[in-house]
Amino acid sequence: MSSQEYITLWIGGQLFGANVSRIHDVFAPTSITPVPLGPKEVAGLLNLRGRIVTAIDSRSRLGLPPRDEEASIMAIGIEKGNESFGLIIDEVGEVMTLDSKDREDVPTNLDPVWAQIASGVYRLEDRLLVLLDIDKILTFGSEAEADRPNKAA
Amino acid sequence: MDDLLSEFLTETAESLEVIDAELVRFEAEPNDQGILNNVFRLVHTIKGTCGFLGLPRLEAVAHAGETLLGRFRDGTVDVTPAAVTLVLESIDQIKVLLGHLEDHQTEPEGSDADLIKRLEHAADGGLTADAAPEPAPAPAPEPAKPAGEDNGKKARPEGLADDVRWDEDLGRELRPGEVSLAELEAAFASVEVEDFSNPPDAPEEAAEPVAAEATAEPEPQPERPIEPGDLAALLDAGSQAGGDVDVSSSGPRAAQSIRVNVDVLEHLMNMVSELVLTRNQLLQMVRAMEDSEFKTPLQRLSNITGELQEAVMKTRMQPIGNAWKKIPRIVRDASTDLGKKIKLVMEGDQTELDRQVLELIRDPLTHMIRNSCDHGIELPADRMAVGKPEGGTIILRAYHEGGHIHIELRDDGAGLKTGRIRQKAIEKGVVTVEEAANMSDQQIHRLIFAPGFSTAEKVTNLSGRGVGMDVVKTNIELIGGAVDLVSREGDGTTFTIKIPLTLAIVSALIVGSAGQRFAVPQLSVVELVRTGSNKENRIENINGTQVLRLRDRLLPVMPLNSALKLNSKDENANRFVIVMQVAAHRFGLVVDEVFDTEEIVVKPISSLLRDVTEYSGSTILGDGSVIMILDPNGIARLAAFDTSKTGTQTVAEETRKLVEQGDQKTSLLVFSAGASEPKACPLSLVTRLEELEIDRFEMTNRGPVVQYRGQLMPVIHMSGSIQGNENGRQPILVVNNGDSVVGIGVDRVLDITEDVLKVDIGDETPGILGTAVIGGKATEVIDIGHFLSQADYDWAAGMTGEKKAQSSVLLFESNPFFRNMLAPLLQASGYRVTSVATIDEAIAADIDPTTFDVVLADVDNDGEASRFLEQLSSDDKWRAVPRIALSNSEGKSIAADFASCVRKSDRHGLLAVIDQTASLKGRAA
Repeated sequence: MSSQEYITLWIGGQLFGANVSRIHDVFAPTSITPVPLGPKEVAGLLNLRGRIVTAIDSRSRLGLPPRDEEASIMAIGIEKGNESFGLIIDEVGEVMTLDSKDREDVPTNLDPVWAQIASGVYRLEDRLLVLLDIDKILTFGSEAEADRPNKAA
Repeated sequence: MDDLLSEFLTETAESLEVIDAELVRFEAEPNDQGILNNVFRLVHTIKGTCGFLGLPRLEAVAHAGETLLGRFRDGTVDVTPAAVTLVLESIDQIKVLLGHLEDHQTEPEGSDADLIKRLEHAADGGLTADAAPEPAPAPAPEPAKPAGEDNGKKARPEGLADDVRWDEDLGRELRPGEVSLAELEAAFASVEVEDFSNPPDAPEEAAEPVAAEATAEPEPQPERPIEPGDLAALLDAGSQAGGDVDVSSSGPRAAQSIRVNVDVLEHLMNMVSELVLTRNQLLQMVRAMEDSEFKTPLQRLSNITGELQEAVMKTRMQPIGNAWKKIPRIVRDASTDLGKKIKLVMEGDQTELDRQVLELIRDPLTHMIRNSCDHGIELPADRMAVGKPEGGTIILRAYHEGGHIHIELRDDGAGLKTGRIRQKAIEKGVVTVEEAANMSDQQIHRLIFAPGFSTAEKVTNLSGRGVGMDVVKTNIELIGGAVDLVSREGDGTTFTIKIPLTLAIVSALIVGSAGQRFAVPQLSVVELVRTGSNKENRIENINGTQVLRLRDRLLPVMPLNSALKLNSKDENANRFVIVMQVAAHRFGLVVDEVFDTEEIVVKPISSLLRDVTEYSGSTILGDGSVIMILDPNGIARLAAFDTSKTGTQTVAEETRKLVEQGDQKTSLLVFSAGASEPKACPLSLVTRLEELEIDRFEMTNRGPVVQYRGQLMPVIHMSGSIQGNENGRQPILVVNNGDSVVGIGVDRVLDITEDVLKVDIGDETPGILGTAVIGGKATEVIDIGHFLSQADYDWAAGMTGEKKAQSSVLLFESNPFFRNMLAPLLQASGYRVTSVATIDEAIAADIDPTTFDVVLADVDNDGEASRFLEQLSSDDKWRAVPRIALSNSEGKSIAADFASCVRKSDRHGLLAVIDQTASLKGRAA
């Protein structure tokens, strides 16, 4: 009851964890169609078994430098509302069961962008694991909207 | 839920919609028996079914309503708005009961005795002697009783005494319109029915064969199962064979339509969409193969798929009237609530469009109608006061055009109050004061579509809750539509909505730009033009803006790669121009490659990309790749092809640039007008060249006008009068002047040429800037601004001329070009203008300062300006006159004794400031 399963992910050298129940797929994204003029976090659209998936670049979402062009990428498929999203990450790790007693709140001095998408931090033996808030990582669009209320005028 | 009950609910909801609409019609035309019969029949059917299903409360209300309707029909009760309201009230109560029924599958507790009493009272109110014996007990028929009745009143001569009838089964007198159980049974017995062996459903099943044999309903409604009540009606009507009942057989239609659950259709549609995609994929694969054995069968598959797609699409098409059914009622209720008289005219309700689209426009449309009633149409007294007919009219019109449905909502009300919208927009922070000052009326009007904008000073029952036109606009744009409005204060407002026929599958042109592919909806593509540096159709530059010479017009074009901020590698690629039409605007989109057309299934755009208005969706192509679908509306906006944005400021700025440009080459339009020497003007100032038939010009007391693109365009002819050429056509230079257009008539357009424009500015003839050598010939360069202000005078004179005539202005401007431009403009706007070029000239003229209200001083020419100002400041009399600085440089620092500083090119701003400043002086004095 107090332990949950997480998929571990690597983004820019940091270990993250995402709740298994929210992850639909893990796939290697190919032929991503870029969306000119779209938000910088949106890497583009791709076809995943006949569905159009909006790919979000986790690095750009987290304000990290872009990865090497050669570097291989992975993605985790997330369903939200009626839409499919793919979060592009560097590497997928393993499935871990974590005990909630090891969970800490997000440190108050964390970068605001990171603090926003993190729902907690786990103390693992050798390193820290940042828990991803899946919904928050996908919600930059509406915030951007709120920032420019005059757009439609 | 019980099948029977759910069927009943669906059906009754439909009937109620019809009743709403019909009753409102009936109120307007109380003598139309056809409408009344229709309403009566529908209410009667509802009542009958309620009885059959054991819904006593519903039945009681329906019965009371029906009784009143029956009185209308007999003519014993007059059709008054109050009476109709009462009937509508009973319909509303039925809706409430149905709502509860739908949620809980039982009727709610309680009773409607009060409503029924009022209905009965109304029915009794006009009761004549022959019907007087009717008692008025609260109707409580046994639930199980099929409450049929004879519908015979339509056949029975009016006024015939209706003897009191006693029903032995019920043990009471029969209410009017009721039939005794015995009679009913007799009626059943006399009809041959195929299957009577299934007692619970018997009446319904029994009814159908009869319906097929002899439908006696005035307006057969094939989908509707026939109720026992109708059966009696059939028999009755059949036996009497009179009145206005149409006994002719249209029965077989009953078998030709069935009800299908919407989900089934949706599913079918999705499957077909996927099938189309798969077919495209296959076609693409086979296309790559030579002599494939698959070719023939695939062709067949392709054809069948196409037909299937079309057929399925058809099942989704519905007349737009279905979305309009509630509107008459809304308008009626609104007019009653608001104390206004509103007439609703609906045209083109048979125009068909996709069910999905229909659902999506229903609410926006309702909202807009409410707005028109609430804000648009004025109170009768107010209308009379401005000389309009007492009753307002709202016209709702739908029609097909170019693969789109156009819906027009026009009212002859007060129009939008530009000033109030501007003020409100500033208050709500939608625009800044500066932005608002630079906006045209049309642009201000469009602010009503801005989020959180609602001008209603008090929140009424109907509108003004703040979820306003922005929601309407968003909803319409979500389905790929566009909404716009035209409004003139005092004359009313016209909204136009343009929506695609269907959302699911569109034909698209696949184009490439900077190595990426995009889909452009074929519907907005007018033509494709191949272009290149050595081609006939080459793209030319005017001050960095690209235009394409296309036949006799200039087409603004925009490279897709720069629109989308893509990095293009090869600038010199062979390019294509896709000529697109968005609303009234035509523009070109320059792309590197054009692939082919493909049927694509539009997938909605991700919520994260909703802000990016350049796309309307995305799709998966035959080869499995995802591409973005460009939204022509968004692209047009992005490219600033919106004509409302080009205006006088631009005209004046362009002129200024041209004057300052010196040796740079300029595109010039050369034409002849009047005298033999050619005339020219910078091409960039001309929006379009047109040739209009001479008989399209109409004379008004303000000069000739022509109806052009939905508005009146004043026309000024350079050589005096409209003459036309040998073909009976008049060449016109169309110049966009802020929110209006002005036509300048010329004799003949000679050429478009590029030359160095070096004007000798010595000419003082109004309308002529000077003479230049163009193409080796002396050519008069005309001042478009002069002709604009002439036309503007016509527009402005009625509104502001009188007041301003009292203000007089001293214009100090050392640049002759601007002096020549501003002086006529100010005069045209009703000011007395004295213009001087230098301080010496002013001194020489010995002007009396007290006669001026405002001094306009050019501060760009520093030396002369400071001398002039010194002179002004040294004289007490001059110091009393407010000063306005004129400058062309943004943010020029001005001396403190200036009231304000205006850009020379900002005509509207300038006039506004002068007006304000002049009135200040008046107050100070």
